Amino acid sequence: MMEFSEGKPIWRQIYDLVCTRILSGEWTEQSRIVSVRELAADVGVNPNTVMRSYERLESDNIIYNRRGIGFFVAEGAKSHILEIERREFLTEELPATIRRMRLLNVTLDEFTMLFREK
Amino acid sequence: MIDIKQLTFGYSSHRNVLTDITLSLDGGHIHGLLGCNGIGKSTLLKIICGLMRPTAGSVRVDGVDPSTRRVDLMQQMMIIPEEFSLPSVSLSSYARMTAPFYPQFSREQMDYYCREMMVDPAEKLHNMSMGQRKKAYIAFAMACNTRILLLDEPTNGLDIPSKSVFRRLLAGYADDDRCIVISTHQVNDIDSLLDNIVILDQTGVALSATTAEICSRLWFGAVDPAAAVYTERSVLGQIGVAPNTSGEDSRLDLELLFNAVTADRESIARLLK
Repeated sequence: MMEFSEGKPIWRQIYDLVCTRILSGEWTEQSRIVSVRELAADVGVNPNTVMRSYERLESDNIIYNRRGIGFFVAEGAKSHILEIERREFLTEELPATIRRMRLLNVTLDEFTMLFREK
Repeated sequence: MIDIKQLTFGYSSHRNVLTDITLSLDGGHIHGLLGCNGIGKSTLLKIICGLMRPTAGSVRVDGVDPSTRRVDLMQQMMIIPEEFSLPSVSLSSYARMTAPFYPQFSREQMDYYCREMMVDPAEKLHNMSMGQRKKAYIAFAMACNTRILLLDEPTNGLDIPSKSVFRRLLAGYADDDRCIVISTHQVNDIDSLLDNIVILDQTGVALSATTAEICSRLWFGAVDPAAAVYTERSVLGQIGVAPNTSGEDSRLDLELLFNAVTADRESIARLLK
């Protein structure tokens, strides 16, 4: 059962769910993904909300719509998602982490050591 | 699909429960009907399905006055009241007696809903606990496949696992045509289902907007108190509702929205305009 976290809007969490399934290889490129109605019923979310996620995924070139047939994973979707997530990490998550490191007086040396270990 | 114009209703002549309600509820949506105790949510649902007549104003469902109880309209309308009494028979027998009124009823679907919610259709309804009986009635009502489905506090009495099963089943029931209205106080049980929010207060409809509209205009969560239209203290510090200037959506928080509208409906209405 899907649990929706605070903060992120539900359509965004569905968007991320689809990306995760593509990245994990569960949904492969050029294969058909579950319909809006199926996914809505599967996670207990309003179908219009799921449609909104699919529309955004389509405009981000991660999936595409074959009229009357359904949605398919786009060619190159996996590397495309990685690129989007990388950009988000560098512009949002990492700066937040750096701010927190400064606040907690975590030194660059400490960070480098951990970075090499992992 | 449901058009309500200047509706007023009072159980006695000197006090109105509903005053000047103007509202339209379209098909293809799941509407959440919110409001404080005694504001008239249940009454409004009963008027929509023709169980009661408005004192003034009008209700039309597909252009028809539901209080005329036209058969073709009644076949397309189902209400799950908060409390109900059912005869002392099994759900199977109940469905045999009642389903002929609903041409789209599907026994297979009712059995599927019963399996999912772990209700035995052969068990006597009177022997069931309150929650089991509610689930049994939900299974029957959804299997009737009506275009209009009105639910009054559907999650009251349901155990924790049943609530998420209910969400999945109702999300599967929704389609481009059906008009589903849920009246509730338990907003956290169902907020992922809703895509249109209606809030009633003493003076009428305090808010009616889609969740997408609300989130494009309003920000929910940690807010700058100077910019916020509403704030409250939480374990996370000050949270509240502020104009959304970020261009991104936050997660709609129905409790915050409700409290904000209760505190200052004018400001919220201005921001949504």
